Amino acid sequence: MGVAGGGGNDFQWCFSQVKGAIDEDVAEADIISTVEFNYSGDLLATGDKGGRVVIFQREQENKSRPHSRGEYNVYSTFQSHEPEFDYLKSLEIEEKINKIRWLPQQNAAHFLLSTNDKTIKLWKISERDKRAEGYNLKDEDGRLRDPFRITALRVPILKPMDLMVEASPRRIFANAHTYHINSISVNSDHETYLSADDLRINLWHLEITDRSFNIVDIKPANMEELTEVITAAEFHPHHCNVFVYSSSKGTIRLCDMRSSALCDRHSKFFEEPEDPSSRSFFSEIISSISDVKFSHSGRYMMTRDYLSVKVWDLNMENRPVETYQVHEYLRSKLCSLYENDCIFDKFECCWNGSDSAIMTGSYNNFFRMFDRNTRRDITLEASRESSKPRAILKPRKVCTGGKRKKDEISVDSLDFNKKILHTAWHPMENIIAVAATNNLYIFQDKIN
Amino acid sequence: MFVRGLKRKCFDGEEDIEGTLAGIKAIPSYNLQRQSLLDMSLVKLQLCHMLVEPNLCRSVLIANTVRQIQEEMTQDGTWQMINTQSTGQTSLDRLVSTDILCRSSREQAEGKQVPGYSSFNKDFEDDQTQDSSETMSTSSSVQTPRNLQSNVWEMENPQESRGNFQKSLDQIFETLENKNPNSVEDLFSEVDNSYYDLDTMLTGMMSNTKMGHCDGLETFSSPTTATSNSNCKSDLNELDHIVEILVES
Repeated sequence: MGVAGGGGNDFQWCFSQVKGAIDEDVAEADIISTVEFNYSGDLLATGDKGGRVVIFQREQENKSRPHSRGEYNVYSTFQSHEPEFDYLKSLEIEEKINKIRWLPQQNAAHFLLSTNDKTIKLWKISERDKRAEGYNLKDEDGRLRDPFRITALRVPILKPMDLMVEASPRRIFANAHTYHINSISVNSDHETYLSADDLRINLWHLEITDRSFNIVDIKPANMEELTEVITAAEFHPHHCNVFVYSSSKGTIRLCDMRSSALCDRHSKFFEEPEDPSSRSFFSEIISSISDVKFSHSGRYMMTRDYLSVKVWDLNMENRPVETYQVHEYLRSKLCSLYENDCIFDKFECCWNGSDSAIMTGSYNNFFRMFDRNTRRDITLEASRESSKPRAILKPRKVCTGGKRKKDEISVDSLDFNKKILHTAWHPMENIIAVAATNNLYIFQDKIN
Repeated sequence: MFVRGLKRKCFDGEEDIEGTLAGIKAIPSYNLQRQSLLDMSLVKLQLCHMLVEPNLCRSVLIANTVRQIQEEMTQDGTWQMINTQSTGQTSLDRLVSTDILCRSSREQAEGKQVPGYSSFNKDFEDDQTQDSSETMSTSSSVQTPRNLQSNVWEMENPQESRGNFQKSLDQIFETLENKNPNSVEDLFSEVDNSYYDLDTMLTGMMSNTKMGHCDGLETFSSPTTATSNSNCKSDLNELDHIVEILVES
């Protein structure tokens, strides 16, 4: 069973590549914390807990073999954030990259925003593949020539050199967040972006680093009354005045920046009424939304809570239009998952380019895809065992009770240390990137 | 899952401990397991308070869970009964804002056999001596339950934690939000090294990803067997043992 990517034909997912170390001992710093394709899909960026960003570039397709797709190879690696120490509060600020967001490309260089808990940085990634030779005022090794020795003028010539990719920080947006930044989102105007922490959302201009506007503030006057935090935020893909933010209570608020400077009052409030029959002490925790993503069309948005993914029509606030169960078999295990803190894991979700399918991660290195049209779903695994080139991924199944069939895995055998929190889907093609701890898996469809 | 529709005996406020115990024994699973969840949550809050900069979302969710349990215990009378026994003051007005063990270890630092999670605190401020003296009086009664069946232990457990519920939730969030450099106690408070060891042990316990620690709490609709209950109890006894080591050191 496959998931149609918009063409309507069934196809199957195949292994393409895996990046990262193989050995069992995973260094904490190598754990991937965010994955993001750029607007064209030619570049794929990952951030890790060590504060590094690695960008992969898709190779040009080989014309003699039209059915082979380009591979992703390392394009640039740089240290985006370093660990810091806040002396005032006696706290260490982690260098872990929480989010990367690309800017639309406007010239030869590529720009992206990367953020840790406190500071957002704008990075410029540019190529250099030529250098000039034959300067008049300096030698080839750079030493200045004696002006009296210069007897003739020459025009410097550009000569090719080995490609060098440089990453340089162009802007640093700091000191605007008291709490931990969980989201950044570039606006459709390509001039502004928002950054959200647990209690506040700020609006920035990409050119201005010394101030930002606070557009949402849910911090209560008395912190004792704090019962809800912001978990994610995103700008609408087309309306530059609209953004949404989700909360730990399972609600989403849509705000219009035209209505007031401080968007504390929402324009729309999305919440699904609770099912009283399934209420438990864990109900609130599992309703906490870990990710919110607009569809490419801008008509829908998707939210991820602990057990499910929900698709909302922006015109209907009282319930989602679609609900997909990711791992419902965990509902009876919530107490154990609370004990080992897995219940607080924040899974992300993503749309495919045509908004016909959605994808999210689970445990045991499983990830799930849902086809919105056919209502079919599939569970796949990112593992070294199924890592032969162009090997078709076999659907996986979790046995929920009763007799376990062959090839099924029982709930109690799931490895809760192997969690897939971050996935990304190529904006136009059926290529997906799945981060499994310190490894990045790239899967493609069999048919181009 | 916790099923709230279970029929329970209505606890009268004047019942003494033994009478209450009999009532609890009649439906051991729900109350005990709710208690376990409460204890687990308190430990988590305390542990996350020890971290350098704890995750605010997680803390809020855990605190809300504790508040939820507290409200339910109020409704079925368990809370009120325990409260009137532990301290002289009625703390009905405290119920809405969940009072969590936070910097309250000063109260329990004097308590000998105090169930645990209190001694980790860095801030050994010495206010609220009234509370600590009251805790002292109850702590002596805690010594005996050690030898009794764990039912009683878990019965006493809430007693202590109710006493510590005097602290308000804002203490956590204030500390999370900003370690105020102006507060001299923060800057110069001694760090008790013993709790780093506890941290390692408890983190090892808490981050045990193997399922089965809390089997009893999942199968809630039917009364659980003794074995599944003992899983939770054994964890609590382990915790108790660790605290014993700490307190005696």
